[in-house]
Amino acid sequence: MERPKIALYWCSSCGGCEESVLDLSENILKITESADIVFWPVALDTKYEEVNRMKDGEIAACLINGSIRMDEHEYMAQLLRKKSRIVIAHGSCAYIGGIYGLANFYKREECLNRAYKEVPSVKNPEGILPQAQSRDGEVEIELSGFHDLVKPLNHVIEVDYYIPGCPPNPENVFEAIMSVLQNRTLPKGNVFADQKALCATCSRRDTKPEKAVIKEIKRLHEWQWDPEKCFLAQDMICLGPATRGGCGERCIKANMPCRGCYGPTENIIDQGGKFLSALASIIDSKDKREIEKIADSILDMGGLFYRYCLPSSLLEKKVKSLSS
Amino acid sequence: MNSFEPKIIAFLCNWCSYECADSVGRAQKEYPSNLRVVRVMCSGRVDPQFVIKAFKEDAEGIMILGCHAGECHYKEGNYQALRRYILLKKMLAQFGIEGGRLRLHWVSASEGDKFVTIVSEMVRDLKKLGPLLLRDMER
Repeated sequence: MERPKIALYWCSSCGGCEESVLDLSENILKITESADIVFWPVALDTKYEEVNRMKDGEIAACLINGSIRMDEHEYMAQLLRKKSRIVIAHGSCAYIGGIYGLANFYKREECLNRAYKEVPSVKNPEGILPQAQSRDGEVEIELSGFHDLVKPLNHVIEVDYYIPGCPPNPENVFEAIMSVLQNRTLPKGNVFADQKALCATCSRRDTKPEKAVIKEIKRLHEWQWDPEKCFLAQDMICLGPATRGGCGERCIKANMPCRGCYGPTENIIDQGGKFLSALASIIDSKDKREIEKIADSILDMGGLFYRYCLPSSLLEKKVKSLSS
Repeated sequence: MNSFEPKIIAFLCNWCSYECADSVGRAQKEYPSNLRVVRVMCSGRVDPQFVIKAFKEDAEGIMILGCHAGECHYKEGNYQALRRYILLKKMLAQFGIEGGRLRLHWVSASEGDKFVTIVSEMVRDLKKLGPLLLRDMER
């Protein structure tokens, strides 16, 4: 029997998801025992042309990480979709848009100007911005086009399964790959993580506040906090109530609050909105001015509550209005 | 822009403002027909996700009306609404949604004139703000 083929690809990605594959450690041998990795730009010298030459559906499973921002990402996602029987969105960026998705709070021009003109470490007196088509003397140069918005993978192709996390817990990655190699039947859209919120399994759940307790929001650098007690009970923002568990509580164990990389649970339609609701229930005030003061102490609310999920949230981006 | 008629989703509390809207109708008072009313048992039932979803689905403005301070049928629901409203309004500003598009007022069942004023003012202000262009910037 022919050995199943596995492909891995990265789109707009930091490489952390590739690390999560390396973090499989000895388990990667169990995968290569029964399967071949045929395409993996970060580790193997393989060319796009080789993928192009493959038959449709030849790859058993393709793990794609990173969000979609450029023409190249979209082209490769579509090509790999055609060549693969199962496509798995690997990591928060491919699953819900990821941290790059915060760029959707800005216009395309604002992003390019910031990166190529305004950053203090950049010297660009002629104000040159990257172009899809340009000319250097005799040579026509073509670069991949830069889209207006960051998108999660399932906005451009059909995705079968999802592995959340920034980076994913290696156990979730292993389970996802093995489920394909063992031909396990899973429902479409299956997410390799818990069904419940992180709070349900959190080691600090016994100290989670039941009623209003927060009088002010404290930020991480401002003080020393109790390593045993729920962050919310200590006036700190922790996205646990609106975030899917299954991450192995890596941040909590390192005494850092959750920032929501595992995305919303299944019955949440908007992670940021849901967390806002949860936070509002534990603010201890009935006075408009006082609540406003507490709200003002949360800097960058949108960036905090939608840190990993903006492109897959309800609004997806900064909205345009005629008055702006 | 004069022909623009904003759509307002109004979440009205069953015990005060919904009753109020009813009495305004019975008294045949006139107010703009831009409201799409959703009756909720308490203003505290309005999840921020409802508001965001309504904006997503083409509402130009959202109005939440609840009982006056200390008069909530469930004791604290309106305070919950107040806290969510303040947080949400601040967060929506980052999304480019102007403050005037989300409003919270306390309206008791007997304050028909106040209800008419609130609705008329919101419609007037929304006409100035114009539509939300959610589908722009798409590629």
